[in-house]
Amino acid sequence: MNRYYWILGGFAALVALLAVGLNLNPRDVPSPLVGKPAPAFTLSQLAEPEKTLSPKDMQGKVWLFNVWASWCVSCRVEHPILVEFSKKVDVPLIGLNYKEVRGDGGFDMSKMPADEEKKLAWQRANQWLSQHGNPYTLTVMDLDGRVGIDYGVYGVPETYVIDKTGLIRMKHTGPITPEILAKKIMPLLAELNK
Amino acid sequence: MIPELGHFALILSALVALILGTLPLIGAHTNRMAWVAVARPAATAMALLVTFSFACLTQAFVANDFSVVYVAQHSNSLLPIQYRIAGVWGGHEGSLLLWILMLTWWAFLVAMLSRQLPEAMVARVLGTLGLVGFGFLLFILLTSNPFERLLPAAAEGRDLNPLLQDPGLVIHPPLLYMGYVGFSVAFAFAIAALLSGKLDAAWARWSRPWTMAAWIFLTLGIAMGSWWAYYELGWGGWWFWDPVENASFMPWLIGTALIHSLAVTEKRGSFKNWTVLLAISAFSLSLLGTFLVRSGVLTSVHAFATDPRRGIFILIFLVAVIGSSLALFAARAPKVGLGGRFGLVSRESLLLTNNVLLVVACATVLLGTLYPLLIDALGVGKISVGPPYFNAVFVPVMTPILFLMGVGPFARWKEASIPEIAKAVKWALVVGALVAIVLPLLYGQWHAMTALGLLLAAWIVATAILNFVERVRHTRAGRGFVATALSQPRTFVGMHLAHIGIAVFVVGVTMVGSYQDEKDIKLAPGQSVDVAGYHFTFNGVKAVEGPNYVAAQGDFDLAVDGKFVRKMNPEKRNYHSSAMPMTEASIDAGFLRDVYVSLGEPIDRDKPEGEWAVRVYYKPFVDWIWGGCVLMSLGGLIAMLDRRYRVRARAAAPVSAGAQQA
Amino acid sequence: MKRLFAKLAAILAFGLYLNATPALASSATEAALAADPVAEKRLTKLSEELRCLVCQNQNIADSNAELAQDLRREIRGMIKEGKSDKEIIDFMVARYGDFVLYRPPVQGNTLLLWVGPIALLIFGLSALIAYQRRRAARVAAEDKPLSADEASRADALLKELDNK
Repeated sequence: MNRYYWILGGFAALVALLAVGLNLNPRDVPSPLVGKPAPAFTLSQLAEPEKTLSPKDMQGKVWLFNVWASWCVSCRVEHPILVEFSKKVDVPLIGLNYKEVRGDGGFDMSKMPADEEKKLAWQRANQWLSQHGNPYTLTVMDLDGRVGIDYGVYGVPETYVIDKTGLIRMKHTGPITPEILAKKIMPLLAELNK
Repeated sequence: MIPELGHFALILSALVALILGTLPLIGAHTNRMAWVAVARPAATAMALLVTFSFACLTQAFVANDFSVVYVAQHSNSLLPIQYRIAGVWGGHEGSLLLWILMLTWWAFLVAMLSRQLPEAMVARVLGTLGLVGFGFLLFILLTSNPFERLLPAAAEGRDLNPLLQDPGLVIHPPLLYMGYVGFSVAFAFAIAALLSGKLDAAWARWSRPWTMAAWIFLTLGIAMGSWWAYYELGWGGWWFWDPVENASFMPWLIGTALIHSLAVTEKRGSFKNWTVLLAISAFSLSLLGTFLVRSGVLTSVHAFATDPRRGIFILIFLVAVIGSSLALFAARAPKVGLGGRFGLVSRESLLLTNNVLLVVACATVLLGTLYPLLIDALGVGKISVGPPYFNAVFVPVMTPILFLMGVGPFARWKEASIPEIAKAVKWALVVGALVAIVLPLLYGQWHAMTALGLLLAAWIVATAILNFVERVRHTRAGRGFVATALSQPRTFVGMHLAHIGIAVFVVGVTMVGSYQDEKDIKLAPGQSVDVAGYHFTFNGVKAVEGPNYVAAQGDFDLAVDGKFVRKMNPEKRNYHSSAMPMTEASIDAGFLRDVYVSLGEPIDRDKPEGEWAVRVYYKPFVDWIWGGCVLMSLGGLIAMLDRRYRVRARAAAPVSAGAQQA
Repeated sequence: MKRLFAKLAAILAFGLYLNATPALASSATEAALAADPVAEKRLTKLSEELRCLVCQNQNIADSNAELAQDLRREIRGMIKEGKSDKEIIDFMVARYGDFVLYRPPVQGNTLLLWVGPIALLIFGLSALIAYQRRRAARVAAEDKPLSADEASRADALLKELDNK
């Protein structure tokens, strides 16, 4: 062995890095909000528009916060799993409807008055839930996506697990699969509810 | 039927590549001349088979054969013919086939132009290329078959991504791949030299023109890609430090080091180990680039749709090729001679310093590119490394390289004296300082970074001229100045031209970075906007129909000092097959500046005859960026055509004539 | 490089998550509508440092993705409120993490990244000096000019070729 073999060692390290890299998902960005209090908001509810909800109303409970929209294709993939979940598990599931009208992309927002957007959003969201089933304890409406920004939403659907003291304990980006539900979310809920 | 023939030819070529990669190498090792003689015919057969296969795929595109999955995904019957042909390399499978095609053509050229080399050497070079080709053929056959059928056939193709429907796609990938793959020849020469144990000046001389050719292609390919991005993407940037761009830049940096180091090895017999290592590294980085682009480990604007099997395959291939060549290197390197003696201040020493700096620059790019992956792999966070980082760290590394570029040509081989060099270049320093102080003031504000860029550029040009004049004076021997100037060795002329190319590039980067101006504005027909003294009047938008898109075409009058210069017609295109509108900027290119108009959106979507959002740019000296690259390539070309290497051209002539007769 | 190659991939991945029709209002449009050119310059400068999360690899200034537009709107609002650049960057980091920063902050996990280039430069140059010293010593010790011998062999070979 001579000093030239060091180069081979460096190359081996590089290969190891690349091999590990193959199994990582570069698009999966961990949220800095995990371990921090759920950002405050006050938003109208879908079922009863005159009522609002804030995270502090959920104090003392472990709950799931799920971001969805009727235009979101992947939401359709995870929806049956949420419906199933809501039937079996007694944990509040709060929906955050994210930019129902604006996110769709099919509307010229510069010409839509606010009350029309509101009407359309409620109508579309309600219709979608009656069509696909409603797993949510209740849904709040984030028309302009500001709350979404506070929660660092970047890829709908997203799901947050929030504990009794109002801390975010986990965030999942993308559709929930049965595997993620069984292996990550359920054990965490059980632990938090102890 | 034709796609099956193409597929079959590809399978056959893999078998031929395997033969090429084994028999000649074993033959050269065991002195079996019959086996050695297999190399040339096998390389020729491999090139012919792959060319045939590539032609079959092209035929499927031209004939709109949507029963081939790859064609159905990347073409459309409305697609103009030139993009149907270029569409062959518009996706992963086809671009991989293009890569292999280039490799086999390089191997074929080596087979044709190497009659004067020892047979065993040729066998080893071609054998190495055969092994590399075999790996890639296996890769395409096992994971990325472009001839896969779609049953039942699609009625219509999905179309080529509109962003790619541009002359850039016709030229950029072939150039770039010629460069990437061209380093395989330098690599094969290095491996052949290591295998034979004959690392000598002759080896350096043989591999020099090949390395230069690859470097020229790579330079042009990168420049072309950068220019394409500039005019196509609509926001006027020319380099984004994207992982995939970095993947092409790293082999370029090492390739540049390699051409310099080969010069020393050829002329002085020194740095042999180092040169071999660079030759291996340049090609290894090309392979690493392939991995980064095609495996999906890094997020990039350019990444291909990924399939984990591909990543694993390339990684195994990387280990096989790079690992075995580095092991061979480590085994042989200690026995290689040192070469001639040289002093701490000497041409050799300066070139070695240049090499070290270029390698450091490359390592810096590699560090920045892979760092997010490293952090993620260690589980300590998720970060992004982007242009602000690279711009911050790259300037300090490049500055000494540019400075030494001016000094190097004045230093003598073996032993140079600092006072002597200082005396020779002192006027260049004065010129540089003057330019750095005055020019920015003429253009507006004086910034230290602007001054630094201009200082270095002026320094390089001035030293090049001084050095050229000095050399002509010393070699006159009674002849006229011009006659002597014209009879300088081409390597010398090429070197200075390439260096001046760098200076031109630096001017472009500096000026556009310091003095570009832009305006985003909404304009109603009849309104106008001024940017840096250029006056744009908007006359409205009309609908235009293209072969496979409809466009809103803006009509602008460009005027300077109240005088009409030209019409400018930027477009917003909507391709039938895509929901994504494409921006076609209109650029008035000039020697000292570009002005650039791109059309945003109508302010009211239902009233395209009304106000539009418009973006106008003033980009001083931006074309110098690519002009500099063209000069570099031209310099490389002139150097490559030096008399010293012309032996091969002369030797080649009867060969090709003979081939035609046969 | 294959600039733009299969940007399709980006569009597909993006569509999967957001299913948005891209680029309804481009950044140019928003900017044209925004009143204050000074604030707009500051926004451009800031958002060139910020990575768009839903895109493959683009900054917020260049991206037409919905989220990028929303974030530009947020940043515009903050500029109007008189927030400093640092406050705006902190706002982004608090929500999306260090991932949004194209200029990674100097901290524990980026130490190597920032020190790396300087360390490489120092290492490279000292290795160079060490090599030159060692080499000079070895060449002196070998004394017998093996290299000259080699050179003449190579010259002979090349001459032979030239004469062919």
